[in-house]
Amino acid sequence: MNSTTSKNKKNLRLWAVIFWIIVWQLLSIYLDSDILLASPIKVLKSLVGMLGVISFWQSILFTFIRIFTGLIIANVLGVIFAAISYVYTPFKELISVPVAVIKSTPVASFIILVLIWIPSRNLSVFIAFLMAFPVIYTNILQGLTEMDGKMLEMAQVFKIPFKRKLRFIYVPEVIPYYRAAANLSNGLSFKAGIAAEIIGLPRGSIGERLYEAKIYLNTPELFAWTIVIIVLSIVFNRAFSAVINLLMNKLEGR
Amino acid sequence: MDIVIKNLSKAYDGQKVLDNLSVTFPEKSFTCLMGKSGVGKTTLLSILMGLEQADEGTILGVDDKNLSVVFQENRLCNNLTALLNIKMVIEDSARISDTQIRTYLDRIGLGNETKKPVSEFSGGMKRRVAILRALLADFDLLIMDEPLKGLDEDTKQQVIDIIKELTQNKTVIMTTHDDSEPQAFNANIINL
Repeated sequence: MNSTTSKNKKNLRLWAVIFWIIVWQLLSIYLDSDILLASPIKVLKSLVGMLGVISFWQSILFTFIRIFTGLIIANVLGVIFAAISYVYTPFKELISVPVAVIKSTPVASFIILVLIWIPSRNLSVFIAFLMAFPVIYTNILQGLTEMDGKMLEMAQVFKIPFKRKLRFIYVPEVIPYYRAAANLSNGLSFKAGIAAEIIGLPRGSIGERLYEAKIYLNTPELFAWTIVIIVLSIVFNRAFSAVINLLMNKLEGR
Repeated sequence: MDIVIKNLSKAYDGQKVLDNLSVTFPEKSFTCLMGKSGVGKTTLLSILMGLEQADEGTILGVDDKNLSVVFQENRLCNNLTALLNIKMVIEDSARISDTQIRTYLDRIGLGNETKKPVSEFSGGMKRRVAILRALLADFDLLIMDEPLKGLDEDTKQQVIDIIKELTQNKTVIMTTHDDSEPQAFNANIINL
């Protein structure tokens, strides 16, 4: 899974990015309409203009804190629930129902339902949680289920205490599954969380800004916010991976 | 206390692997179990370790002992260094220091490999780590399943020396196909 990720990173070549920016520029010249397709230069200008405004950073902070909170709750509960499911089958059977429902229900249905239940301010917390939880739970449980039984036998024979077993056997075996889940759920949560904000329109969120850009047909700003979201998601994912790597190196005594 | 096995039987899918086996492993002695492949050596060891249940028979003298094992497969944590793999099974860290473990690693030719995870080791190097791990654990009974298989002659002698040194006054049960190994350890032989 790591190799796939690094392969993907390598696949994103600078020349290819430049190529598509040129295609974008040429297409915007051809269409000659900022409303239909803003040119990369206009988007860049809009982005630079936004950078100096405090409310721009406040919106990023507003959305980021909520999605991050949803992700943290999903990660903590996903790991705990997977661990309980691993040792206690009735719990696994019980939890499999809501997990299947969350997985197959369209996110828009959840957004509308959640808007009825809770204030729109915290909508993205809940939606980010809903996106991440089933992925984290399912992958961690799969990692635990596919654990090498021979290593557990070794631990049993040597009477290795639980804390050491957790650190040296369980965590390293499960971490590739967790990394894959985190990679997927981080991206999903950012996308769905902001989509929820566009519907719920909590004041001061990125979603509200995107909605306003759409209402006023401010396509350069719409594109600029989209770039911000992409960068935010990528930076968060990289930071998340770096923290996991750091923790693993510490755990494995490197 | 001797390890006494009485009338032990074990079958897989109706196929008897151990049939009414009775054997005694004297306390604080080195015993080599020999016999053709499939005769039930590894099964017997698994039963002694408590990893499998016998269909019939009794085993006395194992429950009260601290076990240590060299499995047929190494069963090492591949992402960890040799040092951490060994430290993982040492219950009381005050009993043996990192420096002492490094000295032993040096003696089996792994002194320069302390920073690498064992995933980067060759098969022979991994085997040596698995053997040293078992030897440095706190044990009364050491079980080794073909521990020297796959080691080259020079390394084998180094490993034999260290096994002999660290198993004095301990009960050791080892399987092997090599006729020269029981002699090297001055061991009793039981043919299955």
